[in-house]
Amino acid sequence: MGRKSLVGLLFLLIVLVAVCLASIAIGSKEIPLSGVWHGLFTPTGVEDDVVIRELRVPRTLIGIAVGVALGVGGALMQGHTRNPLADPGILGVTHGAALAVVLSIFLLGVDSLVGYIWFAFAGAMIASVMVFLLGSAGRGGPSPVTLALAGAAVSALMHGLVSAIVLLDQQSLDAFRFWQVGTIAGRDMSVLTQVLPFLVVGLVLAAFNAPGLNALSLGEDVAKSLGVRVGTTRSLGIFAITLLVGGAVAACGPIGFIGLVVPHVARAFTGPDYRWLLPFSALVGAILLLFADIVGRVVARPSEVEVGVMLALLGAPFFIYLVRRKKLVKI
Amino acid sequence: MGATSFRLRRRPLTVVAVALVLLAAVLVVDIMIGDFPLTVSQVIDTLLGGGTRRDQFVVMELRMPRALTGLLVGGALGLSGAIFQAIVRNPLASPDILGVTWGAGAGAVSVITFAGSLGVVTGSAASLGLPLAGLAGGLVAGLLVYALAWRQGIEGFRMVLVGIGITAVAGNFTHYLLTVGDVQDAGRAMVWITGSLNGRGWEHVVPVALALVVLVPVALIGGHVLGALQFGDETSRGLGVRVNVARSFLIVVAIVLASVATAAAGPIAFVALATPQIALRLAGTAQPPLFGSVVIGGALVMLSDLVARTIYRTELPVGVVTAVLGAPYLMYLLVRSRREARL
Repeated sequence: MGRKSLVGLLFLLIVLVAVCLASIAIGSKEIPLSGVWHGLFTPTGVEDDVVIRELRVPRTLIGIAVGVALGVGGALMQGHTRNPLADPGILGVTHGAALAVVLSIFLLGVDSLVGYIWFAFAGAMIASVMVFLLGSAGRGGPSPVTLALAGAAVSALMHGLVSAIVLLDQQSLDAFRFWQVGTIAGRDMSVLTQVLPFLVVGLVLAAFNAPGLNALSLGEDVAKSLGVRVGTTRSLGIFAITLLVGGAVAACGPIGFIGLVVPHVARAFTGPDYRWLLPFSALVGAILLLFADIVGRVVARPSEVEVGVMLALLGAPFFIYLVRRKKLVKI
Repeated sequence: MGATSFRLRRRPLTVVAVALVLLAAVLVVDIMIGDFPLTVSQVIDTLLGGGTRRDQFVVMELRMPRALTGLLVGGALGLSGAIFQAIVRNPLASPDILGVTWGAGAGAVSVITFAGSLGVVTGSAASLGLPLAGLAGGLVAGLLVYALAWRQGIEGFRMVLVGIGITAVAGNFTHYLLTVGDVQDAGRAMVWITGSLNGRGWEHVVPVALALVVLVPVALIGGHVLGALQFGDETSRGLGVRVNVARSFLIVVAIVLASVATAAAGPIAFVALATPQIALRLAGTAQPPLFGSVVIGGALVMLSDLVARTIYRTELPVGVVTAVLGAPYLMYLLVRSRREARL
């Protein structure tokens, strides 16, 4: 298993590098690979260099960061809820962020995508804490079923409030509908540097969480008898998910589906071992997100289709094919 | 199925009875309140054929069809959710996740965006075209999920995953459409995908009523089979249930119910997901009670519309209120009945 998985990881890394190069080269202005090399390593300030350094590289890096975060967040989420339906959004993160963004538009008149970052992040945090407290109220701490239901309830509540505001105030709707599709276009490096610390901490916590998740997937009783502290493991995991997904939503709006699909794709390579599943999910997430973004730039020239939309259009048929064909590893 | 035996338990029956009384009360109050307030006696008088012509018009043409649409749509969504959750054995399963809702949304929003920008959606096209597009979208998406999930039989797990795929496509396509048109169209589309009972008349009541009259008994009979299905495929076969036939049939029933309901009032959020869970926790049963879900779903939507009509001068779409009202209640039930995790 170990050796095969290492080869698989290496293969995915190579694919990721190729996709990155494509992401830098392809767009409304095509840049040949020699130009990409020139722009990356020996820039002289010609037009192509500026396009690469100011637009394409930040966009690609944000794409990688967000793809990794959502992939790992999704894998953790499905592990902790033991529910194949659990998308990272189920913790209320996405809708919490959406509510905060809408409130910032409605009350404070914020109108730039970069201006939404901290509101989105704060909203994501608050929602996820609410879900966690609600899901773990009463005896026995957080259980998968109550966490999922609490998440659905909080999400629905937030979504209702968002709809109410957006329906009553057309200006908010006008700004919000462009945030809502989810895109990595039009961001500069400052977006990445603001969310990166949270993502890094989230990834480190996720790595620590993997062995505990393996034990938990055998059932709580078995995990306890193996010496795992169930409550601590779960809390740690939820915190990691919040950081990862909250950071991703803050950076680029709600990008659904990827956090849900990536773990299933990764599981087809690795089986249920989270120590392998997490890195595979990270790489698959980044590759999938960048690939969808590239296709979105090409498919509707000269305008673009947002990555959130492309991900669903491209990912879903593939996902359904996978569901039908392979024997999916159950959680 | 062989001989059928029922074991009546008191608590589920009590819950249904109380909910039915509540339902009737909400219906009357719903008809009383509005720009022309009526008293209880006026309402009952008018319903029995008396009352002034103004009362007759207000009750029979304006408020009654709207209230009934809410009641029936809520009932259909609740039942649909209960069937899905029992078959898939997952509390997150609902028409929202199995493609129906967002399929309907994509259909209707397409009509609003494309026909709207051409100036076509007015009058009859709006009142007929939108429900039809919604119905078509919901049915196509639901049946597509069903067909794609079919592999020598239907398995809940696979169907849910396929449903997520189709939902993602339809949902993101809808969000994309919202960014394409102008903001007026986007606003109207938002109202539709939130779910609204504004201006609903008898033409909306009749299709949902027909669907419920036919499908509720079918589902209740099927529910007996469903009870057996909960044990898992092998046990069910052992009990003499033809698993695939029973399951397929009930899934189609649930898809049709959700599609018809959505066509009439838009995809009202959260009802199909929350109602069965609320019913289950109130009744204390092991799986979502079907008839209880019908009654509680109807009550939830009608009560929400009542709140939506009175709380704010501009009428809010009912879908906003179902979420804001239903979610805290589900939360409360979650916290209270946590001793054993059900389903």
